[in-house]
Amino acid sequence: MSEWLENHLPKVVLAPSFIAVLIFVYGFIGWTAWVSLTRSKLLPKYEIKGFIQYERLFDSPRWDTAINNLYIFGALFIVIAMVLGLLLAILLDQKIRVEGAIRTIYLYPMALSMIVTGTAWKWILNPGLGIESMVQGWGFTNFEFDWLVNPDYAIYTIVIAAIWQSSGFVMALFLAGLRSVDGEIIKAAQVDGIPTWRIYTAIIIPSMAPIFLSAFIVLAHLAIKSFDLVIALTGGGPGYATDLPATYMYAMAFSRGDIGQAASSAMIMMLVVFAIVVPYLYSELRAKND
Amino acid sequence: MKRFAFATVSTLAVVAGSSVLAEPQAEVLHWWTSGGEAKSVAVLQEEFASNGGTWTDMPVAGGGGDAAMTALRARVLAGNAPTAVQLKGPAIQEWYEEGVLADISSVAEAEGWADVLPASIAGHMQCEGTWCAAPVNVHRVDWIWANADVLAANGIEMPTTWDEFNAAADKLQAAGVIPLAHGGQAWQDATVFETVVLGIGGPEFFQKALVDLDPEALTSDTMVQVFDQMRTLRGYVDENFSGRDWNLATAMVMNGEAAFQIMGDWAKGEFLAAGKKPGEDFLCASTPGDGYLYNVDSFAMFDVDGDDKKAGQDLLAKLIVAPNFQKVFNLNKGSIPARTDVGLEDFDICANLSAEDMGSTSAAGSLLPSYAHGMALRGSQSGAITDVVTAHFNSDMSSADAVQQLADAVANSY
Repeated sequence: MSEWLENHLPKVVLAPSFIAVLIFVYGFIGWTAWVSLTRSKLLPKYEIKGFIQYERLFDSPRWDTAINNLYIFGALFIVIAMVLGLLLAILLDQKIRVEGAIRTIYLYPMALSMIVTGTAWKWILNPGLGIESMVQGWGFTNFEFDWLVNPDYAIYTIVIAAIWQSSGFVMALFLAGLRSVDGEIIKAAQVDGIPTWRIYTAIIIPSMAPIFLSAFIVLAHLAIKSFDLVIALTGGGPGYATDLPATYMYAMAFSRGDIGQAASSAMIMMLVVFAIVVPYLYSELRAKND
Repeated sequence: MKRFAFATVSTLAVVAGSSVLAEPQAEVLHWWTSGGEAKSVAVLQEEFASNGGTWTDMPVAGGGGDAAMTALRARVLAGNAPTAVQLKGPAIQEWYEEGVLADISSVAEAEGWADVLPASIAGHMQCEGTWCAAPVNVHRVDWIWANADVLAANGIEMPTTWDEFNAAADKLQAAGVIPLAHGGQAWQDATVFETVVLGIGGPEFFQKALVDLDPEALTSDTMVQVFDQMRTLRGYVDENFSGRDWNLATAMVMNGEAAFQIMGDWAKGEFLAAGKKPGEDFLCASTPGDGYLYNVDSFAMFDVDGDDKKAGQDLLAKLIVAPNFQKVFNLNKGSIPARTDVGLEDFDICANLSAEDMGSTSAAGSLLPSYAHGMALRGSQSGAITDVVTAHFNSDMSSADAVQQLADAVANSY
């Protein structure tokens, strides 16, 4: 008995969470996939009707906007947050005074929920209350900064708020990476008289490749599931100019009683996540097997 | 011993009660949680209790009812529906088609609902001929509110056509007043849109376009004109309107920053709460054109097990439509009673105008359901229309494109 337990203990301990994940993650993914092939409206129905929901989805201009916004938002958010985070980390890494305090200040936005960030930025960017009215109040009456209420630019306000929220976190990741680079190599390079910028571009940054990957994965999934920031900052508006796939899915499932349509959009969102995560997992697993 | 005595007494009481054996029970799901609304629900709660019932309150706030609908869906899927749920318009029929609504025809017939409710409103309360919901109130949606002083100072009368409105708005704009207070949220854009459809197209066109979803009406020249007017209205809105809540827009009219607002009669509650007097400080009129767009709140009765719950359901339905509740509730909420035989002496002039128009439009067949407030269409259809309306209003889309998108969106929404 005890021998059996000894052999099987890891499996026994892992079984509950394994079963839970099987049901609540993969089971529900399967359920959503099934529902996305039906004509479910208010309540789920299980009679398969083919790909009608996907056809409707791709015919919908609102979904087009949502997907385009995801590309714009995702690309800008990930790239700028990483560049800014790296820059902040490198600057902080110059053995400056009160580094701890500064680091905390930069990291602090991460402690706020997206709802708070969104509401605060809504006021800051509101033309009648925030930056525009402040600068105009200084006498620059021609100053205009109406991105929040301009349907062509509103999506960029979400990028701004999201970067403000997350770049400190990216900085912390990179800072840890910078600190983990072997000091001996850097000293050797300095002895050889190599300029500092070369040390960074040729030695330190390349050796941080895994950190880049982690930062990318974290930011990418934040971007794809972004929901609360949009709701708080623009409510999807003006019009539906700042809709993202997650807000589209929510509107279909909970406001409009169109569960089939919501399920199909959720499946597409999942495919986008897969497109990012699968190559990552693949490269990770291959690296381990080598 | 005590317990035995209690059991005996209650047995006797039950026997004495003969016909109704169980104590009425009702669990009521609603999203009337804000100040005035909560007060209105409390009225019903008290009446229910004083008739010997036990009320279990289930308020779910948030998302204009979205959160409550999510809760409802979970309860229905679990096979444990609440007794009564705040539902309105075609949503009632949608739930009926899922086979989960109860039949309260016996109450409705005993109370003679068919005689006291306007026919088109009664229609919403019936599911394939049986009564399945009880109406609480009638909100009129096609109101235009105005600041009396601003209009007087600029020599403007309440407009009766959209051309008059445009002329007045131009004059106001020249005088430095924001002509139209508006909040750039999709449902508010939709509210303005439907009043323009009613005003420019007339009641028959409204019925064809926004109730029957006739593709010809949706792509007609009249609809192009409607979108043209929407574009004109866009010019009368201040540039900071995006995402503004409706009550902030009402406040702009109140303090004279803006002249007009197009909004349902819940806006009246804001004026009254600020101590403004109808007819003196602010004016109310129907939006330009004929007809009446209603938004009727109602409680749909769900299929429940147990005599106590069924008794509760019947009692609740009876109380909701009874004259006393209809009067007290609507005085609190700013709407008017759904039944036409309630005395309106205590109501203000706007409510009286609303009731008068409801009677006359009901006779003329122009008493129409509001599309923007979920009375005319199901969620996916009305949502599809709102998407186009709000996209047009918030961009430089041409009216011709908007009309085409409208037809496509409606066709794609089934």
